[in-house]
Amino acid sequence: MNILVCISKSPDTTSKIAFTDGNTKFDENGVQYIVNPYDEWYALVRALELKETIGGNVTIITVGNAADESIIRKALAIGADNAVRIDAEPTDAFFVATQIADYAKKNNFDLVLTGKETINYNGSQVAGMVAEFLDVPFASQASKLDVNGTTLTLEQEIVGGLQIVEVSTPAVVSCAKGMAEQRIPNMRGIMAARTKPLEVIAPSAVEVYTSFESYSLPDAKKACRMIDPSNMAELVDLLHNEAKVI
Amino acid sequence: MKALVYINTNHFAAKASFEAVTYAKKLGGEVTVVAYGNAAGAEALGAYGANKVLVESSINEADNQQITRLVASAVEATGAEVVIFSHDLVAKAVAPRLSVRLKAGLISGAIALPETGNGFTCKVNVFSGKAFGNVAVKTAVKIISLLPNSIQPENVGGTAIVETFNGNMGAVAIKVMDTKKPEGSIPLPEADLVVSAGRGLKGPENWGIVEDLANVLGAATACSRPVADIGWRPHHEHVGQTGVAIRPNLYIAAGISGAIQHLAGVNGSKVIVVINSDSEAPFFKAADYGIVGDAFEVLPKLTEALKNFKNAN
Ligand SMILES: Cc1cc2nc3c(=O)[nH]c(=O)nc-3n(C[C@H](O)[C@H](O)[C@H](O)COP(=O)(O)OP(=O)(O)OC[C@H]3O[C@@H](n4cnc5c(N)ncnc54)[C@H](O)[C@@H]3O)c2cc1C
Ligand SMILES: Nc1ncnc2c1ncn2[C@@H]1O[C@H](COP(=O)(O)O)[C@@H](O)[C@H]1O
Repeated sequence: MNILVCISKSPDTTSKIAFTDGNTKFDENGVQYIVNPYDEWYALVRALELKETIGGNVTIITVGNAADESIIRKALAIGADNAVRIDAEPTDAFFVATQIADYAKKNNFDLVLTGKETINYNGSQVAGMVAEFLDVPFASQASKLDVNGTTLTLEQEIVGGLQIVEVSTPAVVSCAKGMAEQRIPNMRGIMAARTKPLEVIAPSAVEVYTSFESYSLPDAKKACRMIDPSNMAELVDLLHNEAKVI
Repeated sequence: MKALVYINTNHFAAKASFEAVTYAKKLGGEVTVVAYGNAAGAEALGAYGANKVLVESSINEADNQQITRLVASAVEATGAEVVIFSHDLVAKAVAPRLSVRLKAGLISGAIALPETGNGFTCKVNVFSGKAFGNVAVKTAVKIISLLPNSIQPENVGGTAIVETFNGNMGAVAIKVMDTKKPEGSIPLPEADLVVSAGRGLKGPENWGIVEDLANVLGAATACSRPVADIGWRPHHEHVGQTGVAIRPNLYIAAGISGAIQHLAGVNGSKVIVVINSDSEAPFFKAADYGIVGDAFEVLPKLTEALKNFKNAN
């Protein structure tokens, strides 16, 4: 099975979120980037498990700058066979999806895997867009994925529950918790990653659909009002009369 | 602006649907709703400002490719300039597909009405709720996926005309083999009130006091990640950055420390109540009301006080 795994970077979850240039740019000062957890823990590891049981190849693709090669090397160290970097700033989901779809069209993948969302923009957009560009089925937020020939069996979250579904390849699947267990790269993997092929490709031209114009931070929360543990009637009264939530 | 709202099957009476229709109404133009399946109850959306509801009733289950085709046909039929979704699991699959199909820019996770003075921009949640972004859309048709609980539904009175609609949905590509829905409980992402507990509860046998409070309130229950990971509670209750993100009106957290990854899933809540025995617990910094105390004593007292309140009102 020929699998393409889409890898993005995201700031380490404990990073301080701040903006510069008149609140138009994310302040990268001191920010540590990691592989987006859903991409690394679930999409990539499940792709590797499938390759280990049924054979095939796992290619990773990222749309990003040269600085993002550290996350590519990490994914290669975990076990991907080869990597592709589309050499461009990932300006919006439509831009990213166009680049990934263009590459996927030329290279015949049975399966394209993504994370369920990036933890910086939380858009859940790229995977569905890629599926539409390729005109293939899209199973979103899958927590299990099994392959039998050209049939994929998936468990996916639906509004208010879970569904077991079947889809034929080629298909796009976005991966959520449950799909696989995180793998820590070992020394051999890290050494091997240095010599694995990394192809750098120029981006295709894309019309701009959306752009982030500016950012802002939430208003500072007013101080927490402390309530005596023996006086729950007061809390109920505040929730009713002051906060008006009950 | 002429708006089209997509509503899930059997969701004509859901609060998230009222929010999406209210949002569309506030854009100032004609509001059409498109749905598939059973049309019963569809006219009620007129109360929130829908002029017309188009229902494709030849089909009861559809995959995201089919729903995309349905919404695209409805955009063509109505000449809608803006398409609105409630940002749920269906929208997360359909809206991006539709963006490509219609060549329409998508605003994912909007939390406010658009600003249209200078172009078309809309406020969204980014960095797991730790910041906001202002996204500009440059395409003629725009798609907005609205985060639940971002605007208040407004009942303006009226009923909508319900019409059958041929959605050109095509063949199904995703075959459903089995569906599992937890019975009775309120689905977490739709809940207005949520009671949540963490490792401070010490063990699964102690969840009775959490459920008692939830029952009196009519709230859904949630938990922190370690609690789901060790199997004290089912996984679908896990909230936070790697679990479900929720934005209820009231979030009550007992025995949860308030780690940044937990906050990422709940910081959109309107009001947060924290019960923790440690006055230094980080969660108090994100709380509106705090109680330093033992959850085993405080939760039953709160349940008692709520019962008294409900009886008096
Ligand atoms: C990449 C990553 C992603 C993560 N994603 C999530 C996520 O999505 N959701 C999530 O929740 N966590 C997540 N975590 C874990 C998170 O960092 C915390 O470890 C976790 O939230 C702690 O859970 P807790 O508060 O239940 O437990 P603890 O941190 O052990 O806190 C228990 C709390 O209970 C209090 N307590 C003890 N006894 C009592 C009592 N009798 N009465 C009242 N209070 C009492 C204690 O003072 C303490 O504050 C993630 C971590 C990482 C690294
Ligand atoms: N710049 C990127 N390069 C490659 N894949 C990406 C990129 N951005 C997002 N993705 C993939 O798309 C998924 C969903 O991202 P998003 O739509 O931003 O929530 C991520 O989990 C990744 O798998």
